[in-house]
Amino acid sequence: MSVFNQSRRRVIQFIMLGTVLVIVARLFFLQVVETKYSKLADANAHLRKVIYPSRGIVYDRHGRPVMRNEALYDLMVTPINVKNIDTAYMCEVLNIDMKEFNRRIQVARNREGPRRPSVFSSLLSPDMYGKLQESMYLFQPGFELVQRPVRSYPYGVGANFLGYISEVSPGMLNDTSGKYSAYQQGDYIGMTGLERTYEDILMGQRGIQYLVKDNLNRPQGALEGGIFDTAAIAGKNLRLALDIELQVLGENLMKGKIGSIVAIDPKTGGILTMVSGPSFDPNLLSGSNKARNLGILLTDTVKPMFNRPIQAYYPPGSTMKPITGLIALDEGVITPSFGFNCRGGYGLCGRFSRCLHSNPGHAANMRAALANSCNSYFMHLYRLSVDAPKWGGVKKGQAKFVEYLNAMGFGRQTGIDIPSESRGVVPDTARMNRVYNNVWNSCSEMYVGMGQGQLGLTPLQMANAMCIIANRGSYYIPHFVESVDNDNSKILDKYKKKQTVAHISTESFNSVILGMEDVVKQGTARGAQIEGIDVCGKTGTAENKARINGKVVQLKDHSLFVCFAPKDDPKIALCVVVENSGFSTTYAVPIAALLLEKYLTDSISVKRKPILQKMLDANTFSPEIKHKSKLDSLNSVSYAGAEGAVIMRKILGH
Amino acid sequence: MNRSQAKLTAGIDWPVLGMYLALVFIGFLAIFAAEYREGDQVIQNILSQNKNWARQVLWFGVSIVLASGIWLTDSKFFTATANLFYAFGILLLLVVLAIGTGVKGSNSWLELGGFRFQPAEFTKLCTALALAKYISAMETDFTKLRSRLIAVAMVIVPLGIIILQNETGLALVYLAFFLVMYREGLPGVLLVIAFSSIVLVLSALLVDKFILLYIFTGVAALAVYFNRFQIRRNKSRLAFIVGIWAFCASFVMHVVPFVFSNVLKDYHVRRIYVMLGKENDPKATYNTRQSMIAIGSGGFWGKGYLKGTQTRFDFVPEQSTDFIFCTIGEDFGFVGSMIFLGIYVSLLFRIIFIAERQRSTFSRVYAYSVASIIFFHLAINIMMTIGLAPVIGIPLPLVSYGGSSLMTFTMLIFIMLRLDADRQMVLR
Repeated sequence: MSVFNQSRRRVIQFIMLGTVLVIVARLFFLQVVETKYSKLADANAHLRKVIYPSRGIVYDRHGRPVMRNEALYDLMVTPINVKNIDTAYMCEVLNIDMKEFNRRIQVARNREGPRRPSVFSSLLSPDMYGKLQESMYLFQPGFELVQRPVRSYPYGVGANFLGYISEVSPGMLNDTSGKYSAYQQGDYIGMTGLERTYEDILMGQRGIQYLVKDNLNRPQGALEGGIFDTAAIAGKNLRLALDIELQVLGENLMKGKIGSIVAIDPKTGGILTMVSGPSFDPNLLSGSNKARNLGILLTDTVKPMFNRPIQAYYPPGSTMKPITGLIALDEGVITPSFGFNCRGGYGLCGRFSRCLHSNPGHAANMRAALANSCNSYFMHLYRLSVDAPKWGGVKKGQAKFVEYLNAMGFGRQTGIDIPSESRGVVPDTARMNRVYNNVWNSCSEMYVGMGQGQLGLTPLQMANAMCIIANRGSYYIPHFVESVDNDNSKILDKYKKKQTVAHISTESFNSVILGMEDVVKQGTARGAQIEGIDVCGKTGTAENKARINGKVVQLKDHSLFVCFAPKDDPKIALCVVVENSGFSTTYAVPIAALLLEKYLTDSISVKRKPILQKMLDANTFSPEIKHKSKLDSLNSVSYAGAEGAVIMRKILGH
Repeated sequence: MNRSQAKLTAGIDWPVLGMYLALVFIGFLAIFAAEYREGDQVIQNILSQNKNWARQVLWFGVSIVLASGIWLTDSKFFTATANLFYAFGILLLLVVLAIGTGVKGSNSWLELGGFRFQPAEFTKLCTALALAKYISAMETDFTKLRSRLIAVAMVIVPLGIIILQNETGLALVYLAFFLVMYREGLPGVLLVIAFSSIVLVLSALLVDKFILLYIFTGVAALAVYFNRFQIRRNKSRLAFIVGIWAFCASFVMHVVPFVFSNVLKDYHVRRIYVMLGKENDPKATYNTRQSMIAIGSGGFWGKGYLKGTQTRFDFVPEQSTDFIFCTIGEDFGFVGSMIFLGIYVSLLFRIIFIAERQRSTFSRVYAYSVASIIFFHLAINIMMTIGLAPVIGIPLPLVSYGGSSLMTFTMLIFIMLRLDADRQMVLR
């Protein structure tokens, strides 16, 4: 029988071998042909962990930290470890209900899985943190507090130019230009101000740690002993030209007022202070209530997120007159002794434009005309400039005039190191053609000579023009950052280069400066006199109209003052704009005087204390804006920024 | 000393012994790799027996004692007690069915003083012995239907009890005995029918049953057409064709759907669907998927011993028992897998060679049983890990962690070696 069936041995061997060959073929496919499995295995086991370096600190000119990092706390949850805890108490501390509690647990579960910690409540307020820390033992091991660095602003000022950071937006992540390729969802990036301009420097270099993890997502150590890891490098610190005491004083002075202050050191172009009034505490945009606060600030009636010193442009009014004078002098259409017989108005263009003065001789020469701010004189200078025979036509003359304005930094960005700078408006020929349908002459926009009409300057441009006059023809591109710690890159070189403006002679500057000195000594800006220091300045009052409910309404004038001091060794150039506040002597001049005195003498003299108090208390908001604005209540809840209050007490002498 | 040693090992088949030791050693390495974590105290693990690989060393020690005992036993003992073994095995299975301890849904474990034991593993040995004894008995004529039915019944009884214990995988292995019976004269057409049934079941699951019905009908019509002259002479041929058509049609239309909805458990059905790629639920496909990732990521040369992330970080389930092949595939790659399979195939062929050189039917039937059982375990287990078979929980012989399994296979192989050593003695 067995002999009979012996051939079946072969059949059985064939079945066995055949089956094994099927297995071999399958293994060949899985292990040799198909390559996706090793990628899938890596995806299973590798964990990429980003190590965030601390962002760079920003110091003022005396090394005081204006923006630094502070440790706040996130409450982390590991869902699987949450059991037998007093959820009611937790909800009470966090101010949430049971439904929200369960929702957050579910979110954490979905995001990182049940065994890995994820954020339950981010950036706890100090109050919540205090309560939780005391009772943390009740909630462990499911919950834990984890430190997280956030930006803090000890002085509570500078929100408009320091900027804020936020998580990168989906739009940035989808950007195909490669600009944001280094960022991942959840990373922070500078959105505005210096945080944005110097993002690369402040951010430092993120470290990456490659870990291996097990099937429950628990890290199991470094991948291959950490050979792929890169260490985190802390962000570099910035040193600003800013004087934090001046900034604190400026922001306090602009409380209750809409406007701008820009102060520049003419010798370096460094920004000493830049205030956008009214301002808000930058700590509001860092920490637990950021999203809510940002929403309020963006919709507030006084538009605190609008950085007026570089984004708003105003008709410069009479502060334009020194510039008009300079252009006329340089074009050679007049000499400093040129006089104009103004009888209380200008009538050479058909209609009679009123001047504030009518006494004979108030415009006998450049100096007198500036000191008395004669409208007729400067309208006439403008016309002489653009109609100068050597240009052979008003269009060419106008183009030449605008060329001067551009050289002064008008009608273009100055190049300051924060984003979103406005160019302002200049009456270039293209604009003139558009406004006047190609038919125009020197009379059409003669108001440009006295700073009205098709002219709009940002406060930064006006302050920069003061630098040019103070330096007698040169300036440095205005900038905040003077140096970067441990940095040898060339990014700041452009701010160190002296810029010369056209070829205007020192004599021309000196004759204009004499007039500006008289403005302070005996003219409209007598309030800006400081004992022992020669201050040169020019007041301005800019008419402005607005369209309200479809009707063009004449609003209260903007009050402007530009100045620099001391006359022969300029240390500060200043522009103050207070919107809709009437004559400049009421607000702009006293505010400028307080800032000048603070900066140049490091204190406010006793005799100026009453005006200081008056300025701090003044409120120029129109009633409906004031009623609707939530800014003051928002600023009052901010818990940081206490250093600013210390400085104010020192200035006030309390 | 030398003489007694020579006498002690006389007649042992060294290749089988060598391959046995090689596979147990590879198994130990794989279990170690699946469990070892950097920083583990190896010595302490052995002393406290808190790791599978450490316990496997102990099981190996016990197995060596058992093997030595078997080697020192007279081979007549096994022929004499084969039926007793069988009766004892069936009794154990029934006891387990009554008082067994549940592990992961099955009810096949017996707990004795802290040790767990799975009689279903052990009864394979009993059945092999009893079947060998029955077929080799003088009064048995295996060409007779009655003898064949009795032999089949001897296999079906333990198989049925084990299915009742919810160990479908282990029960499936008992089908290995049909291969043995085929060798001893069971008609080859049964193998064809078995193979066709598998094809029918798979096509019933993969293709719409009405399309299959049209195909069967078309094939039957063609068969009738081409056989029309023979059919005119012999009507039984028509009946045969129609009979096959009716069988196939009813199988696809009624039997398969009925079995899938009424006989098989829900998880069985899902596992089969996972294998066929018709199930997309990540939870259901997780095991097979992770197992295939582990083996596939090994690549040609493997990741190196103890370097596999899939096994070291527990992505593969049951990795020291049912999915032990993942560790080999991941750490040693295609090359290692080939060497590993090579050892197995050599072992199987060596056992068949041994079987055919036996003079006694008992020894031959028994040796074929050993080869078939090992083959079924190997095929089902490895095909499961690479997605060619549904997830069926059976161990890889000599390699997977587990005392019952290692001891059973050791006994299976060493009884065969003992019988082989005594092959000159005509047992019956």
